[in-house]
Amino acid sequence: MSELENKIIQRAAALLTEGKVKRVVGWRKGEFIHDPSPATFETADSLKEFVYNDYCGANLSKYLVDISKKEGMTAVFLKPCDSYSFNQLIKEHRIKRENVYVIGVECQGKLAQYKLEEKGISGITAEAYDGENVVLDTLYGKETVKKSDALLDRCFSCKGKKHVVADETIVLGEPVDTTVGGRFDKVRELEAMTEEERFSFWQGQLSKCIRCNACRNVCPACSCLKCVFDNPQSGVAAKSNADSFEEQLFHIIRAFHVSGRCTDCGECSRVCPQHIPLHLLNRKFIKDIDALYGEFQAGEADEGKTPLTSYTEGDTEPNQVFNATEEK
Amino acid sequence: MQEVNKEFTPNIVAFCCNWCSYAGADLAGSSRLSYPANVKIVRVPCSCRVNPMFVLKAFQQGADGVILCGCHPGDCHYVTGNYYTRRRMALLFSFLNYMGIEKERTRVEWVSAAEGARFSAVMNDFVAQVTALGENKRLQDLRVKEE
Repeated sequence: MSELENKIIQRAAALLTEGKVKRVVGWRKGEFIHDPSPATFETADSLKEFVYNDYCGANLSKYLVDISKKEGMTAVFLKPCDSYSFNQLIKEHRIKRENVYVIGVECQGKLAQYKLEEKGISGITAEAYDGENVVLDTLYGKETVKKSDALLDRCFSCKGKKHVVADETIVLGEPVDTTVGGRFDKVRELEAMTEEERFSFWQGQLSKCIRCNACRNVCPACSCLKCVFDNPQSGVAAKSNADSFEEQLFHIIRAFHVSGRCTDCGECSRVCPQHIPLHLLNRKFIKDIDALYGEFQAGEADEGKTPLTSYTEGDTEPNQVFNATEEK
Repeated sequence: MQEVNKEFTPNIVAFCCNWCSYAGADLAGSSRLSYPANVKIVRVPCSCRVNPMFVLKAFQQGADGVILCGCHPGDCHYVTGNYYTRRRMALLFSFLNYMGIEKERTRVEWVSAAEGARFSAVMNDFVAQVTALGENKRLQDLRVKEE
C-alpha cells in the first residue's frame, strides 16, 4: 500500500469515526489492482476494501448528484480533473454543495487498463515504479511498461494538478508533467483532411459503437433525469441495424448537448468498450468555442454564463464559421 | 449518369420563424416572386426553437439541405432568441463539417417580414447550391429510402 493511499484511508476512517460524515465516496478494490470501481463506504471497517492506485481513473463527481441529496454529509475524493466536473455540476445546481466535503487527492496520471491489455498484460497483482517504467506483477509473470505508453489519453492534455474546488487536499509528491503535444493536435489533423476522409474516419470509428450508452451514463455533463435517447418513441433509443447514421446521430447530439459544459475529463473515451476516441468530438466543440467566443474552460468557476447561454451582438455568422475556425 | 443528375431535385427543409421569415415567405408569395417548390417550410415560433435534433432528423428523413431563417439579429420578436440560434448553429454546422458532412448543405439566413424578394433569392440560391452538390448520402436513414 502506498503512502498516499494509506493517508487517504486514514483520513476517510477519521471522518467516519468522528461522525463528521455519514459516508465516503471512493474506489473499491477489484479482483486485481487494475479493476477498482467507484463505491460508497459507510463504516470505518468497510474501508479495508478502499483503494487508490494508478487505475482509479473513474471520476466520482457525477455520483454526488444523487448521493448529495441523501441525509447527512458525504465526503468525496476528487482528483484535480474530477474537481472541474464537480464545479460544473455545482454551477448547474445538480449537487448540494453544503452536503459534500471535498477532499482533493493527488494524481500523477492514471493508467488505461485497455492499453495494457493490448500489450497482452492482464491479471495484474502488484505494481512498482522504476524510473519512467512501471513494473507489473501479473498472474503470468513480470512485465515492464513505459508509463507514458499506458497513460489514459486524457492525461496527455492534463488540465493541471490544482484542484479547482476542495475543502482539504492530500497531496504528497511533486506533480509530474504528463502532457504530450497540444490538446487540439488530433482535432487539427482531422480538420486538415477532406470532407470525405473525415466522414470515413468517423464512420469507421462510430460504426464500432454498440450503443451501450456507457459514455452517456458516465459523463458528468450528461446528468439529465430524462434523456431523449431513452424515449422509445424517438426512434433513436437503441442501435438500429438498418442505418449506419444512427450512431452518428447519437454522438452528434450528445456532443452538442454537452458543448460549453464538457470539462474534457475524458471519461467517455475511458469507458468506451470499443475504444472510440469520443473526446475528439467534444474537443472540436471546445476548440470552436475557444476560437469563436473566447477561451473557456468549463468547471473552472462555479458560477457565470456558459458560451451557449450567452451571446454578443457581433458573433460570427453560422455561414462564416468555417473560415473563422480554420484560421485559428 | 449525366441525365440522372439533371433530373435531381433536392429536398430542402427550411425552418422559418413565425414573425419574420415566414411572413417574408408570405410576402414573396403575394408579390408573385417564385421560389422552388421543393423547399418545404416548417414554421417555428422562433429560430431558436430549432433543436439540433430537428436538423439531423430532417437530413435523416431525406432532406438534402437544411436552411434556417430567422429575424435579423437585434430584431427578434423575443428580443434575444436569434442570438442564441446564431451561436448554436455556428457550432453545430462547424461540427457537422468536422464529421464529414458537406458545409454547403447547411445554411442560416436572416430574412425579415419585408424581404419577400430576399426570401425568394435566398431559396433559389440555396436550392441551386444543393442541386450542384447532389443527393445527401452521408446523413440519410436507409429505412426511409424508397427502392
